[in-house]
Amino acid sequence: MSEDQKQPFDFMGLRKIASVISISLIIVSIALLATRGLNLGMDFTGGTSVEFEYAEAPQLDEIRSRLDAAGYEQFSVQNFGADTTVLVRMAEADNDQLAPEVTRTLKEGGAELELVSSEFVGSQVGEELKEDSGLGLLIALAVVLIYVGMRFQFKFGIASVVPLAHDVLIVLGVFALFQWTFDLTVLAALLAVIGYSLNDTIVVADRIRENFRKMRVGEPWDIINESIHQTIARTINTSGTTLVVLFALYFLGGEAINNFALALIIGVIVGTYSSIYVSANLLMVMGVSRDDLIVPPKEGAENADEEEQPPEWLNRM
Amino acid sequence: MLNKYPLWKNLVILVALVIGFIYALPNLFPDDYAIQITGARSSTEVNAGVLDRAVDVLERQGIEVKSSTLQDRDALIRLTTSEDQLQARPLVQAALGNEYLVALNMAASTPDWLRSLGAGPMKLGLDLRGGVHFLLEVDMETAVSQRLEAMSGQIKRELREERIRYRGGDVQDSREIVLSFRDEESRTEAFNMVRDQYNEFLLDEQTEGDEFLLVLTLSEAEVTAIQDYALEQNLTTIRNRVNELGVAEPLVQQQGADRIIVELPGVQDTAQAKRVLGATANLEFRMEARQDAPSSETEEFGFRDQPQRTARLEQEVIATGNNVANAQQAFDENGQPQVNITMDSVGGDLMNRATRNAIGRRMAVLFIEYRTETETRMVDGEPQEVENRVVEKGIISLATVQSALGSSFRITGLDSIPEAAELALLLRAGALAAPMYFVQERTIGPSLGQKNIDAGMMSVALGFGLVLIYMLVYYRGFGVVANIALTLNLMLLVACMSILSATLTLPGIAGIVLTVGMAVDANVLIFERIKEELKSGAPPQTAINSGYSRAFVSIFDANITTLLVAVILFAMGSGPVKGFAVTLCIGILTSMFSGLMVSRSIVNLVYGGRRVEKLSIGGKLANV
Repeated sequence: MSEDQKQPFDFMGLRKIASVISISLIIVSIALLATRGLNLGMDFTGGTSVEFEYAEAPQLDEIRSRLDAAGYEQFSVQNFGADTTVLVRMAEADNDQLAPEVTRTLKEGGAELELVSSEFVGSQVGEELKEDSGLGLLIALAVVLIYVGMRFQFKFGIASVVPLAHDVLIVLGVFALFQWTFDLTVLAALLAVIGYSLNDTIVVADRIRENFRKMRVGEPWDIINESIHQTIARTINTSGTTLVVLFALYFLGGEAINNFALALIIGVIVGTYSSIYVSANLLMVMGVSRDDLIVPPKEGAENADEEEQPPEWLNRM
Repeated sequence: MLNKYPLWKNLVILVALVIGFIYALPNLFPDDYAIQITGARSSTEVNAGVLDRAVDVLERQGIEVKSSTLQDRDALIRLTTSEDQLQARPLVQAALGNEYLVALNMAASTPDWLRSLGAGPMKLGLDLRGGVHFLLEVDMETAVSQRLEAMSGQIKRELREERIRYRGGDVQDSREIVLSFRDEESRTEAFNMVRDQYNEFLLDEQTEGDEFLLVLTLSEAEVTAIQDYALEQNLTTIRNRVNELGVAEPLVQQQGADRIIVELPGVQDTAQAKRVLGATANLEFRMEARQDAPSSETEEFGFRDQPQRTARLEQEVIATGNNVANAQQAFDENGQPQVNITMDSVGGDLMNRATRNAIGRRMAVLFIEYRTETETRMVDGEPQEVENRVVEKGIISLATVQSALGSSFRITGLDSIPEAAELALLLRAGALAAPMYFVQERTIGPSLGQKNIDAGMMSVALGFGLVLIYMLVYYRGFGVVANIALTLNLMLLVACMSILSATLTLPGIAGIVLTVGMAVDANVLIFERIKEELKSGAPPQTAINSGYSRAFVSIFDANITTLLVAVILFAMGSGPVKGFAVTLCIGILTSMFSGLMVSRSIVNLVYGGRRVEKLSIGGKLANV
């Protein structure tokens, strides 16, 4: 049993470097969001998009000039998935007849094409969605803060919410950097990232709490380090299986959920990292101590957890 | 440490799994491509003869008909391929004529014994089966001001009848009516009258110079009531109109305070759908003109069902559909169908006044439809879309007035029960209470739908397979347990979604994929705990037991927090986000069940109640 004696890998030893990385990533993300901004999808901005399936791969320039000639402004034409599939996006958000008009315009050119899908979002709807979504994110964070604050302790609440904000900001930053389209599905992904990263953080926090109660000796530093060490296999395995599935989704799920998968892939990676470095680090900085986690009277006896006990939450309710 | 589950616990798990299996099963039977035939009007019956004609046409064209069934009010013909389906619809439509609506449909092929248990497959969302999605917004401002206009008219009429002299009385800021009087006395009289008869107003007396003003403001409660009514009314109207489109399994749903979602699976022609949905229609009650009436006071209208039949009506309108408070189909003393109508108080008065002296004459109910038709015209050598507002008026009923009518009366002389029911329905919901705008629209072609299904299924399969392999390699024997639990989890998830008849969308599939990835988390946590216990020298049975009980708290906390986020997603989100949230929520619940209970039960069956030297759980320890 030599493994047991081996000093756990010094996770916390890297905390300074990790702090620098995290803080600079956040600053860069905020800067990117402020300067470049998100490439908001039509769900949020309002507008019209039409997807066509051509019989033969068309020249995009030709489509552009045709639309130009027809007097359309502020549109973009791009391939979507295959070179026979063309996506036309327009900023105009008041005319719900645009899709059939564009179809007619392009068909007049003699090309053989089929309308695959079209979407029209009124600008007001988009505007509202933007507000609702922001609100949704904030509420999600607030609820998590309250729940974890109650179940654990306030410092843990902070230590679970900050990593979430950290993850969300970095994913947003990456989307701003590459100007990937941020639409409703990506928002859903972002909320899923919150759920996932939280899951990770709670598991680590749970172990830290348990160890604080169990290990009567040792500095917070050692206890946190040991806790991370104990949970690292689980963290990596769960992230591994989730990532495996996400990559399957990314490569096979089709164009429509590419960005969704991408946001989740980044989110899961960042979320795994943040549950170790951001969350545990914060606990260190806030000086979490044994006193913060006074064992409830019922479990007062030394090493009460030697025996099988009902799940703690039953006692606490 | 015996690690045995009591019998009842195993039984509970077994029962849950069997139920899950039964309800997940219908999803394995693919839907049949089908066409559905319904009557264009509710009086048109779809009978065996009609169905035979349709089947005959198809067989003559060499289209294979799988089966054809006659249901309550419609007929369903099942076909083998989607090409056949697309070909069949126009053929059948042409053969049957405009009296019938032929719609594309997907018919579930759930075996009868499963259907008798209430089991059925998951519904597919629009993004998976193709169709149109609309979001309509009700113009609430207009709804309120229209109502105010009507009330202002009434109040003015009553003031005149009471011989109270006033000026003004117009609607201002679409919120208030301002009446002005010459002296305080008449204002007080008017004040009392309005206060007694109209409790929906807040009254305010103001004096400006020598003008005595009375300001009537609609109360908040009344504004809300008007808006609720407008939405309710529009929802009903839209539902009926959607039914007229002959779409199979349409969805009409309220969203928020002033929006309506309409989803029409299988529809590709958005133009027609929008025309029908957006049409503003109303009803008018008019007397039939006397023989000797001057033609300047009469108008001739055709009947809605039989355009060749016409009737000459008076030009004056007695009341409109806006005055109908309720309409119900019923039977008269001879068992003939009739429609019982209740007018609101104003409508009742108007009716009474008009019919008092008209017993024996006939009264017509006129259906009026405003539609926008687009027409392409050449302007300056360029084609340009011109929108024309078209008004269509048709008589839906012409019946003899038997006695002076009050606020309640009946319309008889109807041909059939369905006709009476339809009239009642039109009277109840004939008109949109307020105009509506299209604020969102999405069309998904059927080929894209199929592509989305294929891509989604493919990624579920691959992701699932990879996770199975991963777990097997890493956790060996326990990996097999986790894999069984994961498979059962997927089955339970599908079963729950089928039972709740949740709609499967593309983001929903993504949610399933994500659940698969995260569902193993519970087992990973437990297995890592067991390994730890083994490492610290615990015997296998104790290790299993404490592994499960200690990991429980972490699993519980982690899942509850994720569930909270999923619920917020569901509450705040719309459309695609909701679909994702539903699967995530259900997935969390089923994965907790399968990860904790099912896997424990299997582990207990394998290792429980006997001496175990080592566990097959992977890592170095397994091979010690």
